[in-house]
Amino acid sequence: MSTTDTRPAESRQPFLDERWRTRSEMALLYAASIFGALGLSALMVAMTGNSWQKVFGALLDGAFLAPGRWGNTLTVAMPMLLVALGTVVAVRAGLFNIGQEGQLLMGAMLMAVVGTKMEGPGVLLLIGGMIMGAVAGGAFAGISAVMRYRRGVPEVISTLLMVFVALQLTGFAVITEWFLRDNDPNRPQRAQTSAALDADTHLPEIHIFGNSFSLGVIIAVALAVVVAFVLARTVWGFRFRVLGHNPIVAQKIGIAATRTGSLALFVSGAFAGLAGAMMLVSGSSSYRFTPGFSTNIGWQGLLVALLARSRPIACIPMAVLFAALRTGSGFLASTGVDRKIVDVTQALLVLALLIPPAVAFIRERRRAVAIAAGDRV
Amino acid sequence: MGDFFSALLDIFGSETMYGSAVRLGGFLAFAALGELVAEKAGTINISVEGSLLAGAFAGTVGYHLTESSLVGLAAGVFGGVLIALIQANMSHRLTADQFVVGLTANVLVLGLAGFFNAIIDPLARRTMVVEIPGLVDIPLIGPALFGQTWPTYLLYPLIPLTWWLLYRTRWGLEVRAVGENPQASDVSGIDVNKRRRQAIVYGGILAGLGGAFLVLGQVGTFDTAAVGGRGFIAIAAVYFGGWTLGGTLLGCLVFGFADAFRLTVPVLGYQFNAQMLAALPYVLTIVVMVAITKQMRQPKALAQPFIRGLR
Repeated sequence: MSTTDTRPAESRQPFLDERWRTRSEMALLYAASIFGALGLSALMVAMTGNSWQKVFGALLDGAFLAPGRWGNTLTVAMPMLLVALGTVVAVRAGLFNIGQEGQLLMGAMLMAVVGTKMEGPGVLLLIGGMIMGAVAGGAFAGISAVMRYRRGVPEVISTLLMVFVALQLTGFAVITEWFLRDNDPNRPQRAQTSAALDADTHLPEIHIFGNSFSLGVIIAVALAVVVAFVLARTVWGFRFRVLGHNPIVAQKIGIAATRTGSLALFVSGAFAGLAGAMMLVSGSSSYRFTPGFSTNIGWQGLLVALLARSRPIACIPMAVLFAALRTGSGFLASTGVDRKIVDVTQALLVLALLIPPAVAFIRERRRAVAIAAGDRV
Repeated sequence: MGDFFSALLDIFGSETMYGSAVRLGGFLAFAALGELVAEKAGTINISVEGSLLAGAFAGTVGYHLTESSLVGLAAGVFGGVLIALIQANMSHRLTADQFVVGLTANVLVLGLAGFFNAIIDPLARRTMVVEIPGLVDIPLIGPALFGQTWPTYLLYPLIPLTWWLLYRTRWGLEVRAVGENPQASDVSGIDVNKRRRQAIVYGGILAGLGGAFLVLGQVGTFDTAAVGGRGFIAIAAVYFGGWTLGGTLLGCLVFGFADAFRLTVPVLGYQFNAQMLAALPYVLTIVVMVAITKQMRQPKALAQPFIRGLR
């Protein structure tokens, strides 16, 4: 309110009202969407004859309250956050990589190869393996980049199909003797896993308040800050964003779509690969690479990025939320509710949170169209 | 090498091979026909995978409750349409990103199906094989095409129906127009997003039917991994066919053969790397898309949202 405004109060009021109305309506819409998603999930629980309060309590216990659980949740959140960060980079560049599950598997596989087949000091193997994992994930996504820019194959479909190739390739790796199979004759189901990583290639754990979590959590959070900085404050981040916002403008100001887009896809795959490698050295599947190693972390990381609306820092709480739902679901058995309810809740949340910004966008367009038509200013 | 070729000859000469190829290709064709219509209207409808799974699950539940395959198929259509409605309204009414919506819808269906499958534990059964007299006696392809369970035959009238809808009705013309040039269509008075929504729902009907067909016409039991990414192969089949009806069906058949090859090899007693066989349909899809996509002329506005006044 400026003091120079000399108009009568009646003419100022509607404008102010309208702005407040829009804001409060948006807040209400967000609240309604979230409650709608949670309400639907609660309804499903109620339909099976259970109380949602009990389920909520079990989730909270399993994710945070029971001894040692929140450290566990943070360790699960770590790969999700990494996958989400990669997704954010690709989405900002206007590319939709949805093959993280496969890229993550490739990263974990390379880490296992380095960790179990190579000789050398543990720290070197650890760092080398993580780098190799990231490169493997990036290269795997890079195949899709080549297909897109050379042959016009949409990356949405190619990255997705590559997941199935990765699943079979890693399945092949762990049953093949010269590749990754554990050849220790004392191990009964040796045909299905790789050998365990040596203790000196494990990522250190941080013990605090009776909980322990992987050092990877700190690395992942640091990388989130790095990604946020790069996207917001550097030339490469600017190129990504221009390419994502408007490819025509990008072309006009001399941003090479092929190079920039391929880099974005490579980075997004590299993050997924790094996530896989870090999962392995943080003790997933007892430091052994198994065929089902990824356990949907890739898909969930993708959803985290969507939920965070492609903002790197927002990915941190969202990754913790999804990880909490995941670790909490381990405690659901006592309530008799199937843990799949958590998957449903996750998907419903993502869908619900698509609604408010879309509604806001439509409103904005309507107003713009009306102004263009000269209805009002 | 000679052994290898005689083995190939053996495999491609067996009736099992053609039977499975038609079964698997037929399942793909249900989804791909609907996907073709959706893509003609300008949507790459990823949620076809979810529609298939929803159709499979709803179909199983429908059969479980009524012991009637017909009700099962109808329930399958219902399930498929439900997912298609989510996709259509979120992406072409609210203008949310179509890939984001499709992907999330797939995850949602996977969760829902798993959750309710554990509670209801529905039982399904494969329907009877109905042989069409006369036609079934054609060697090799006769039993494959005309000696299947009866829901398979639903596919045959759907092919000309889809062609007629797309190329011989006003609705089809408008669908193709909004996929090529939404701005011009809008100016001509076509409700672009409405046509796109309708095209997606048509895809949902067919995919739901395909899902129910998978359970009631082929497998006989429901499993959340039943569809396992084959919705995406159906999308690839549309690319393979260069957005034509005949090409799409040919694509389904090719992918059907790839999948049948995987199943036939062990049946005939040949040894082959299992993982490589399992990856074969996906690798083939990728190779085909790499070879073909650039030569084909896709609908101009494919995967581009339409918002009046923008662009």
